[in-house]
Amino acid sequence: MSNEIADKVKKIVVEHLGVEEDQVKPDASFIDDLGADSLDTVELVMAFEEAFSVEIPEDAAEKIATVNDAIEYITKQKAA
Amino acid sequence: MSGSGTNRKRVVVTGIGVVSPLAVGAELTWKRLIESRSGIGPITHFDASGLPAQIAGEVPEGPTAEGGLTLSDWVPVKEQKKMDRFIHLGLAAGIQAVEDSGWKPETEEDRCATGVLMGSGIGGLKTIYDNSVAVSTGKARRLSPFFIPSSLINLTAGHLSIRYGFKGPNHAVVTACASGTHAIGDASRLIQHGDAKVMIAGGAEAAICELGIAGFCSARALSTGFNDNPTAASRPWDKERDGFVMGEGAGVLVLEEYEHAKRRGAKIYGEIGGYGLSGDAYHITAPAENHEGAYRAMQAALKDARVTPDAIGYVNAHGTSTMADDLELGAVERLFGEAVAKTSMSSTKSAIGHLLGAAGAVEAIFCLQAMRDGILPPTLNLDNPASESVIDRIPHKAKEKQVDVALSNSFGFGGTNASLILKKFKD
Repeated sequence: MSNEIADKVKKIVVEHLGVEEDQVKPDASFIDDLGADSLDTVELVMAFEEAFSVEIPEDAAEKIATVNDAIEYITKQKAA
Repeated sequence: MSGSGTNRKRVVVTGIGVVSPLAVGAELTWKRLIESRSGIGPITHFDASGLPAQIAGEVPEGPTAEGGLTLSDWVPVKEQKKMDRFIHLGLAAGIQAVEDSGWKPETEEDRCATGVLMGSGIGGLKTIYDNSVAVSTGKARRLSPFFIPSSLINLTAGHLSIRYGFKGPNHAVVTACASGTHAIGDASRLIQHGDAKVMIAGGAEAAICELGIAGFCSARALSTGFNDNPTAASRPWDKERDGFVMGEGAGVLVLEEYEHAKRRGAKIYGEIGGYGLSGDAYHITAPAENHEGAYRAMQAALKDARVTPDAIGYVNAHGTSTMADDLELGAVERLFGEAVAKTSMSSTKSAIGHLLGAAGAVEAIFCLQAMRDGILPPTLNLDNPASESVIDRIPHKAKEKQVDVALSNSFGFGGTNASLILKKFKD
């Protein structure tokens, strides 16, 4: 399950930020490493919500800074 | 201005860029225009079969080298979704113009002396439509964070400034179908007033979407009788004309204070000689009686340029292929008096349709190219003029004529009128 989530997150990041797959490392920061701006991250979080059918409240979204943050948050939500 | 006897700064054009239904590229558009080619065809952007108007002038897709639009050559894929199509087209024309001018400000002072002023009549209509549909289907919390910046009219100017680091005046004009002409005129004034040395100015429009076509259909503004013969639909002054044909595209000029252009050895296409504006105070969509507002705009432009009508060798008419064509013709005849026999006038909307807020910018560029090459673009489909006139309206085929001064008209809903005088450059 977790791997499935990780793959899907990476795919969404590649699509939305226009980056190469190998750049999307677990500890890559959306803003510092992957060239996103604040609006990109809003859109990214929306894409995660849509793809995984989860709600990511704003305060949680603010803490999702890296690829791993996203995978962990979504994994936790899906397990709950 | 000729420069003598005045302290007013001269404004010259040092770069041009065009995206039109004939081609992506100023020179290829021009070449096809004077070959009497038409950019009008069936609407492909959406299924228009349920609407009275089913034709338009869409920008052709295809390789950049062949004059087609390959968007990724102008806007990185990742950025494309952050902008409506009108911004895409405005950027493609803007990039052409800036690169053509060779102007690359390298100091902070130069960056701050370079501004952008881009008009649009409508802005991101399709984006607004798509997001409205999303809201009405319960997705209000799922709208893209780029919806608003994608739709705003001034974002073409914003994106161009960000791309090149132009930190001077950043502005936008919204005067319906006069936007492109107002943008050039206003930007020239900013240079004359000393607010900037260089201004990137023009217009961009992309309103060929279901909402745009349906809206103009309801206003009874579009041609509906030529769906089976699209290239014959835009026929300014002709008896059979029955409305305008919507086009999309963008035109951008690099305007530059003359001494600045001269110092850097820039190529000069021509000069912005004069600019005139007026309002009709009459009706939201119909022009004032006898197009007297247009008359005053042209008169003001001539006065600003300190030229008399007998100097005007070419008029690029607003000429939308509607009933208003003859009113504009009448206004030109009254203003020019006897000089009317010496001038030529055409409507290039016959070939590319009506680019709304981009029209005036593209048409100003045509005036410059016409003076440069000594060739005047034709009015296609002018088989039987509804009104007789001694003015040569250049039916069907381009004609050779040396012209030193040209006049370009644009009029918009709301009763807004703008005229530009463009001059061949003389030192």
